[in-house]
Amino acid sequence: MTTVAASGAISIRNVSKIYDPGGANVLAVDNCTVDIAPGEFCVIVGPSGCGKTTLLNAIAGFHDITSGQIELDGKPICMPDFTAEPGADRIVVFQNGALFPWSTVLNNVTYGPVVQETSSSSEAKEKAQTLLAELGLSGIGDRYPNELSSGMRRRVEIARALINDPKVLLLDEPFRAMDALTKGVAQEFLLQAYDRVRKTVFFITHDLEEAIFLADRVLVMTTRPGRIKQTLHVDFGRPRNYKIRSSSQYLALKSQIFEAVREEAIRAFEAGERELA
Amino acid sequence: MAAAAVLRKNGTALRLRRGLVSVIGLLVFWEIGRRLHFPFLSAVPAPTEVIGSLDKIVGNSKFWNDWISSFSRVLSGFALAQLIGIPVGLLMAMSRTLRYLWFPPLEILRPIPPLAWVPTSIIFWPTTELSIIFVIFLGAFFTVVLNVLGGARAIDERLIRAARSFGSKPRDIFWRIVLPATLPSIITGMAVGMGVTWEVVVAAEMIAGKSGLGYFTWASYVGGNYPQIIIGMASIGIAGYVSSGAIRFLGKHATPWQQRI
Amino acid sequence: MATIETSSPDRTARIAGTSAWALMLFRLRLWLSQSSPYLGFVGVASLLLAWYLLTEFFNVPRFNKLPGPVAVWREFTSRSPTFGISIYTPDYYMHIFWSIWRVLQAFFWATILGVPLGLFMGWKRTFRDYTFPVLEIVRPIPVLAWVPVAILIFAGIASREAPVIFLAFLATFFATVLNTMLGVESIDDVYFRAARCLGSKPRHIFFRIVLPGALPFIFTGLQIGVGVGWFSLVAAEMISGEYGLGFLIWDSYVLSQFPVIIIAMLTLGVVGYGFSAIIRIIGATLMRWADRSAI
Repeated sequence: MTTVAASGAISIRNVSKIYDPGGANVLAVDNCTVDIAPGEFCVIVGPSGCGKTTLLNAIAGFHDITSGQIELDGKPICMPDFTAEPGADRIVVFQNGALFPWSTVLNNVTYGPVVQETSSSSEAKEKAQTLLAELGLSGIGDRYPNELSSGMRRRVEIARALINDPKVLLLDEPFRAMDALTKGVAQEFLLQAYDRVRKTVFFITHDLEEAIFLADRVLVMTTRPGRIKQTLHVDFGRPRNYKIRSSSQYLALKSQIFEAVREEAIRAFEAGERELA
Repeated sequence: MAAAAVLRKNGTALRLRRGLVSVIGLLVFWEIGRRLHFPFLSAVPAPTEVIGSLDKIVGNSKFWNDWISSFSRVLSGFALAQLIGIPVGLLMAMSRTLRYLWFPPLEILRPIPPLAWVPTSIIFWPTTELSIIFVIFLGAFFTVVLNVLGGARAIDERLIRAARSFGSKPRDIFWRIVLPATLPSIITGMAVGMGVTWEVVVAAEMIAGKSGLGYFTWASYVGGNYPQIIIGMASIGIAGYVSSGAIRFLGKHATPWQQRI
Repeated sequence: MATIETSSPDRTARIAGTSAWALMLFRLRLWLSQSSPYLGFVGVASLLLAWYLLTEFFNVPRFNKLPGPVAVWREFTSRSPTFGISIYTPDYYMHIFWSIWRVLQAFFWATILGVPLGLFMGWKRTFRDYTFPVLEIVRPIPVLAWVPVAILIFAGIASREAPVIFLAFLATFFATVLNTMLGVESIDDVYFRAARCLGSKPRHIFFRIVLPGALPFIFTGLQIGVGVGWFSLVAAEMISGEYGLGFLIWDSYVLSQFPVIIIAMLTLGVVGYGFSAIIRIIGATLMRWADRSAI
């Protein structure tokens, strides 16, 4: 059941970003270069404030970059004097969730298709019901987000993104605010959804275990200014089972990444970094 | 991007310029409207006429006496409302019994607009001055009590628990936790109350006063001196703005830990 | 009270697995078992008692000039009242009607004009830069200082009703615009970003994000607006009206019909409270999705 995606290749070339809050030139991201293949699950790890969210925001189209270039399937989407409008080809799932509190689950999920006018309202509703059922979320269509648990809310948000058939899924520490148990279940859910659709995923986290469990490739970022310090390939096959967390291969990878990240974490701690964007 | 950086640096300057443009535009439109007899605008004295009357007024000592009259009433009524209202609010916040006892009568009296009390006040109090101050007091009192009550009740329970775990006595908890934590609400209540106070003072002076800025505005209308009406309105606006501003300024210094929007 | 309760009985009942009716009964029983209603009753009763004792029973100087509860009640419930106003006289209801009708008109215009203006001001920075300064300059002027100008503006063009309604409109308008604007600004930026990701065009953002997102604040603003509108209306009626509760208060004072003053005052209080309550209920129904108390 693994279909390789035909599109969704992201190419990040020599990207740097300088912030100017109050006149202090802050170099957030320093000369990053990464090529992400279509359908690849790519995870970036790093301490708070290292610039990983900046990178994600640039891909999504919320920020510009100071130098370098980002391309999606060969088309430039971010350059120093041009930033493509955020769109449904690269949808973001946000850290604390962004389900519209004033809409029901169904209206949230059908938002994309309805607004882009790619299907009629009733078609969209049918598609949404089917998708929700496939993702194990049937029966909650008429609920409001604040009636759901955080785990369910995050899953609905992923459904809201997937219904638009985006080329890329951008996830900005989506499970950060969850307790460890819910987080584990949410991760498995994400992997199941990923196995189904095989979209390119760009995932940010500071949780090392999460990174290894989910990723095809883990990129370690230094503390500010953010550079790609190390790349690790994760070769577990798919679909993945939670049992791999206790395998020796997993533990070896973990200690590898841990060494790399630890230095950066200590540096960040001492500098008192905070997320810029 | 260079352009974005420049824009950000001059953000305030840009906003100022835009604001100036719109205000001046409005004044010009007003002037033209009066000259060309636009339907509603033609009845209102134009900016040039208002400025023309200005020097006559500014030299007149009676005008400044009106300022003093209004301010003294405002300050008396306002101060009284704070002196009585803040303790009442705090007491109600801390004692459930008092809260259940006093809240219903307050909620019954509160919807009655302060100005509706004017005739009763005049009947009751021996002087006009006292009756006006009483009405002002009423206006600000309810605002104060509500804000203080709301603020004190919204104090994070955990702060009080932390204090108790340090072995604080009730007296300490009040002076060191409840009071500082309620201070922002008290300040807000004061600022809002000040606004209400000016509303009430102006109306009270129009209805039953013989001095003050409200009376000045009304008398100008009755006397047919229309540009003076605008001067009166502007004076009251400035007076109210300055008063509220003074409170917010003092408030900011009293609560240095608050980050305001 | 200045809170919007937005957990509707329906929703809570659904989650608790019972019916809304049973839930309300339960809450009623719970409330009656606490000391709060009884203390409240004592509080109101003592107020009435103090009023009675000071004005009629002990004849305390100064207080004895005021009408006492007995005189007011007698007047209010008599079939042929001395001063012409009681629950049996149509005049009483006519005054109430006029005041309410004026407030409704003011409220209507203030909402129709104020909400869209506030929404735009909150949404588009440029628009706000041009409109906010003008608003902030005019806003500090107490609404009642506009009385002479209002009379001048509408003299000869509109009915005598216009200045009075205009004043109530002004007060409500400012409160509405301000709160609506704050409401839009309170919407977390994240929702705008999410909407953009999903391919929204500006009109989608306006109707599906800005408007629903600002709704809680809009309703707070409407509640406040009705309050200040009511307040300004009464004052305007006292200064220059014919008919209406404000006018009734002033007129009765001038004619020395003191019990009527109290009747009118209390009626004002009740009606004013009723208005706020209605808005609060409408707000709570429209915003079942929100689980917060906003002041």
